Amino acid sequence: MPGRNVLLEARGIVKRFGGLAANDHIDLTVRAGEIHALLGENGAGKSTLVKILYGSLQPDAGTVAWAGKQVAIGNPSEARALGIGMVFQHFSLFEGLTVAENIALALPPNAGRRGLAADVRSVSEAYGLPLDPAARVSGLPVGVRQRIEIVRCLLQRPRLIVMDEPTSVLTPQEAERLFETLRRLAGEGCAVLYISHRLEEIRQLCHAATVLRHGRVVGQPDPKTATAAQLARMMVGVDVEGEGGRRARRSRRGGTAAPVRLAVRGLSQSRGTAFGVALDDVSLEVRGGEILGVAGVAGNGQDELFAALSGEVPALDHAAVEIDGRACGRMGPAARRRLGAAFIPEERLGHAAVPEMRLSDNAVLTRHGTDPELVTGGLLRLSRARSLARRIVQRFDVRAPSGDPEARALSGGNLQKFVVGRELDRKPGVLAVSQPSWGVDIGAATEIRRGLAALADGGAAVLAISQDLDEILEISDRIAVISRGRLSPAVPASETTREAIGLLMGGAGD
Amino acid sequence: MTGSEAVILTIVTAATPLLLAALGELVTERSGVLNLGVEGMMIVGAVTGFAGAQLTGSAYLGVLSAVAGGMALSGLFGLLVLRLAANQVASGLALTLLGLGLSGMIGEAFIGQPGLKLERLYIPVLTDLPVVGAILFGQDLLVYVSAALAVCVSRFLFHTRGGLALRAVGNNHASAHMLGVSVIRTRFLAVLFGGACSGLAGGYLSLAYTPQWVEGMTAGRGWIALALVVFASWMPLRAAIGAYLFGGALILQFHAQAEGIPLPPQFLSALPYLATVAALVILSRDRWRARHDSPTCLGQVFVPDR
Repeated sequence: MPGRNVLLEARGIVKRFGGLAANDHIDLTVRAGEIHALLGENGAGKSTLVKILYGSLQPDAGTVAWAGKQVAIGNPSEARALGIGMVFQHFSLFEGLTVAENIALALPPNAGRRGLAADVRSVSEAYGLPLDPAARVSGLPVGVRQRIEIVRCLLQRPRLIVMDEPTSVLTPQEAERLFETLRRLAGEGCAVLYISHRLEEIRQLCHAATVLRHGRVVGQPDPKTATAAQLARMMVGVDVEGEGGRRARRSRRGGTAAPVRLAVRGLSQSRGTAFGVALDDVSLEVRGGEILGVAGVAGNGQDELFAALSGEVPALDHAAVEIDGRACGRMGPAARRRLGAAFIPEERLGHAAVPEMRLSDNAVLTRHGTDPELVTGGLLRLSRARSLARRIVQRFDVRAPSGDPEARALSGGNLQKFVVGRELDRKPGVLAVSQPSWGVDIGAATEIRRGLAALADGGAAVLAISQDLDEILEISDRIAVISRGRLSPAVPASETTREAIGLLMGGAGD
Repeated sequence: MTGSEAVILTIVTAATPLLLAALGELVTERSGVLNLGVEGMMIVGAVTGFAGAQLTGSAYLGVLSAVAGGMALSGLFGLLVLRLAANQVASGLALTLLGLGLSGMIGEAFIGQPGLKLERLYIPVLTDLPVVGAILFGQDLLVYVSAALAVCVSRFLFHTRGGLALRAVGNNHASAHMLGVSVIRTRFLAVLFGGACSGLAGGYLSLAYTPQWVEGMTAGRGWIALALVVFASWMPLRAAIGAYLFGGALILQFHAQAEGIPLPPQFLSALPYLATVAALVILSRDRWRARHDSPTCLGQVFVPDR
C-alpha cells in the first residue's frame, strides 16, 4: 500500500551487545493501515529492533521518525504515549493480579479504575475477544492470556501494534480469529508490525514485509506475490528443503512387522496441579522405525503425557508404560534412560538444560547413567564431557560462543539444537520429544526434524508431541491427537487430513 | 484497673511494635525485596529515638528521630541491593549485625538514663468508661497510628494505582519494566518505607514499652515481625491480627510464669515461629493460593537492560 502515509520510519538503527551487532544499520518503514511482516531467523535481530521501537532498549545509532517527526523513545510509556502498542511473545502479564489490574497498569496513570472494567468488556466484545475483568491471570489458559495482551494494547487506542509471534500459542481456529481482528484494525487505519516464523500466515495476512538476517535487512519482498519458498530462502540464505506450501511428508516406514518399542496401555493419571489435565485411559504403541506425532492444542495433557513417558511422574501401574517390552511405569527417568530411552522436554532453559551450567555439564546431566566413559568410580571425567559437548556442537551445527559456554549464553534455537543433539548423539532406542522446534528458526527446525527422521530410520521409535500442525504433518508416520487428556487412535499420516486433525484438536473426538 | 484489663493493655503494647515493623516489611516484600535487616533497623530506631528524645526533651521528636534512624539504615540497604545489585539475604543479615553494633556504639552514653515516655491518651469520660475505656481510649498515640497504618497500607496496596504498581513490580519485575514502571525507584521507596516503620517500631520500644535504653533491647522482635509477614501471607489486615496473637503469646509467657503455670517459657517464646510454620504449611497445601499470594519476585535481583 505505497499510497498510504508513512507512520514509522526507522533509519540506520544500530544496537550492539558486546562485540555482536544485533542490529546493523536497519531501515524499516511502516505505513498506516498496513500489516507489515518482520521476518528473520532466531537471532536475526527482530526482537532487538522491536524493543528499540517500543523504547525498552536504546539504539547505539540511528533515528526513528513517527508520523514525519523525529522522536526519541526513552521508555515504553513514551512509546505508548506516541501510539505504539506491543503484544509480547512471552507474555508480560502479572500472574498474581486480575485481568483488570493487568490492563490498568498499561494505561496512563490518570485513567480511572472504575470505568475500566466496563471499557475492557466493551473493547473485548467489539473485537470478539471475550474476557472476564475480575479473573485472576494465574488460572487462565494461554489463548486467553494473549487476548488480555491484545485488549490491553487496544485500550490505548494505538496507531501501531507490534505483535511478536502471536500465533505460536494459538489453535488454527484461534489464529483465524486473531487474523480477522488484525484485518479489521488495519481497515481502521491502524498499522501492525507482525513478527512470525510461519510463512503461510504472512502470505495470507501481510501487505508488506522486511526480512532480516544477521542484524541486516536482506530484502523487502511483497508477501502477496512471493512464494513461501522464496521468503524462506531470503530468511535463511539457502534453499530450505521441504519448506513452502507443500511439505514433503514422510513416507510410512517401520511397517507393522517392526517390533513395538514404546507402549502405553490404559494410562490414567490424576492432574498434578490445580490447572493440570488428567490423563484418561491413554494407550499408544510406537514401533521401531516410525515417528508417532501427537498433535493437540497446548494444555490438553501434553505436559502430563510427557512426564508419564519420561518418568518424572511415575505411573500408578507399573505395566502402563513399556520400553522395548519391559514394564517401566514405576521407574524414574534415569532408570528409563538405562533401558535405552531418551527424553527432550519442551522447555529448554530450566528443564532440558540448566541455564547456569556449562554445556559439558549439561551433557553429563542426561547421560551420566548411560555413558560409562563419562563417570569412573563415581568421579566425572570432565575432559571427556567437554569433548562430548564439542562433538554435539559440531555434529548439530550449534552456533555457540567458543570454549565451553553456559547454556544460557546460547540463543534459543542453538540451545534447542544442543539439547536435541545431546539425545540424538546417544542413538537411543526410544525417544520422546515435546515441541522439538518450538521458537526455532526454519533452518534449525529443518535440521532438528531431519535428525529425528534419521534416528527413526535407524530403527528407533520416536514419539513427538507438538502443537505445530505443519511439523506434525511433516515428520510423522502416524498421527494421534490429544484433547482434554484423551488420546485419539493413531492413524497413518497419509490417510488423514489437516481438517480431520483440526477437528480432533478442537475436541470433536470426545 | 482489673487484672485482665492490665493483661490486655500489655498485649496491646507488645503487639504495636510487631505490627509497625511487619507492615513496613510487608510493603518492602510486596515490592519484591526481602530485607532481613528488620532487627537491625529496629534497634537503631530504638537508640536514635531514645537519643533524640533525651537531646530535645520531647518524646515526639524522639519518635521522628527513630523513624529517621531506621530509614537511614534501610537507605544503605537499598543502595546495596538495588543500585549495586547485591544479594538480598546476605545484605539483610549484614544489616542486622551492623544495626546491633551501631546501636551499641551510639547508645553507650545513654545507658542507665531514665527516659521520656510517650504519654497515654486521656479523653475525659471516654477513657474512664469501665472495661473498654482504658483499652480503646487510653493508649499512647502510636498504638492508634499502627492500627491506622494497617488500614492505610491495605487501602494503598489494593485500591490505588501506586499500590498496583508496587504489587506488579513484586509479581513480575521484567514485565513491570517493560510497561514503564520504574522497578528500582518503586523498590527503593518500598525499602525506605520498611526502614521508617522498623525505626518507628524500635522507637516505640525505647519510648513507650520500656522507656530506657538497653543494649539488644529489641530481643528478636525484628525476626518475629519477619515471620509475621509470612504468617499474614502478605496481607496487611491479617498482619494486624497476627501481631496481636503474637503479642499475646509474648505477654502470656510472663503471666504464665507469674501464675506458676507449668509451661516452659521457651515454648511460649517459640510460639510465634511455630505459628508461622503452621501458617506456611496450611498456605502451601493450596499451591495455587500460595503462588498468587506471595510476591513471585521476592529476593530476586533486577538489573534493567538498556
